[in-house]
Amino acid sequence: MNDIENVVSLKNVKKAFGKNVVLDGIDLDVRKGEVVVICGRSGSGKSTLLRCIDQLEKIDSGEIHAAGHLMGFREVKGKLVSLSDAAVARQQRDIGMVFQNFNLFPHVSVLENIMLAPTKILKRSRSEVELEALALLEKVGLPDKRNAYPRQLSGGQQQRIAIARALAMKPKLMLFDEPTSALDPEMISEVLDVMIDLSKAGMTMIVVTHEMGFARAAADRVILMHNASIVEDAAPQEFFENPKSEHTQLFLSKILQH
Amino acid sequence: MSWSWPYFFDYMTNGLMLKGVWVTIWLSIISMVIGLALGILAALMKMYGNGLLRYIAEFYIWLFRGTPILIQLVIIYTGLPQLGIRFTVIESCILGLALNEGAYLAEIIRAGIMSVDKGQEDASRAVGMNWRERMWLVILPQATRTIIPPLGNQFNGMLKTTSLCSVISMQELMRSAQMIAQIQFRVLEAYCIAALWYLLLVSIWGLIQARIEAYYEKPFGSEEATVSDKP
Repeated sequence: MNDIENVVSLKNVKKAFGKNVVLDGIDLDVRKGEVVVICGRSGSGKSTLLRCIDQLEKIDSGEIHAAGHLMGFREVKGKLVSLSDAAVARQQRDIGMVFQNFNLFPHVSVLENIMLAPTKILKRSRSEVELEALALLEKVGLPDKRNAYPRQLSGGQQQRIAIARALAMKPKLMLFDEPTSALDPEMISEVLDVMIDLSKAGMTMIVVTHEMGFARAAADRVILMHNASIVEDAAPQEFFENPKSEHTQLFLSKILQH
Repeated sequence: MSWSWPYFFDYMTNGLMLKGVWVTIWLSIISMVIGLALGILAALMKMYGNGLLRYIAEFYIWLFRGTPILIQLVIIYTGLPQLGIRFTVIESCILGLALNEGAYLAEIIRAGIMSVDKGQEDASRAVGMNWRERMWLVILPQATRTIIPPLGNQFNGMLKTTSLCSVISMQELMRSAQMIAQIQFRVLEAYCIAALWYLLLVSIWGLIQARIEAYYEKPFGSEEATVSDKP
């Protein structure tokens, strides 16, 4: 990676599921502290892009640099060699990911959800991690839920815990995969508020979402994906008021109708 | 010779009978624990192993689920010595029961693992867990909830399957009843007592199993506990 300021750098990333091409040569750089919103129709490849960055999916070709790692590979004498599962896991520790369906660990308490990875994987001391976990609960506005189980929380509360869980690993990059799509409307803002706070604190974020209000408020760049490619990549104002791509114009006309 | 209550009550607390009860208990527990370890291993090998490991697991499950436990026990104790492989009675019983149990448990455990939501794999990868950490910290603890009821059913079966060990002269509950029956030819009384003891053991296990189920069910809450805005 030449540019040290880039937290994410994708070079000609390709991915297909069978004959269905979902990423058709994606190039993307995200600088430190930048918030990038990705939108587009379902099936345009935006979720797969996030999953590839975090190595939940393997790419077919290209290179992904993220959080200081060449994701999924190491270079040996100029050739790329696939990393073992354990080595990929070590890379993943530096990237936080938040999912549409929260995916909290249902068998342990809220506090344990946040503490599990730092204590069991990084083998850090429980007392130290607990202090940080309680601070994170405070940050997402749920200090009194430490002993609750995920099942006992609303969707918005679960998603805020999921953000705290990801932050507990002190990631250099946060990926959000439609974080509010599974929420009842009245719970969306409580999650977006946490994300806006996070962006103000300087976190590098890539957010797949259709919440255009969030894009206006927090994004540095807004990207539109269409048919496995990036067709628009602009500052929010430019994106909403003067989009270059006809796909963006069509997309906005459909979204803003309501 | 008609039914005799005095013999019946005498047999209930007969030393030989009580010793048999005790043997049945520990034989069941040891075989179950080893069987569980074998079952987890076989399930993981079958689900995640490379070619060879998977074939070994599949062959093991196929072989021990496909043949009667009685034949397995007899082969281990009386057949294998022909090849110079000798096990004591106790070793043969534990080996046979555990191998047989492991094959059944492997399929139960596999079903349990498959029942865990796919998102859990994503979430545990995303916080940086490797395969072993994902399994032990996230997937298996959740699979346990699904596994416990059929597992309890298997242990219930195990308590009674140990009676087959009497065939290779293991002195467990069934064998004790046989021996007592032969002393005064009070066959009905002796076997009825043995049957009662099995019933008692299985009933006690039922209570223990309910406790274990409640423990693993706790995080998933009863309906009335799902809404809690107060700490």
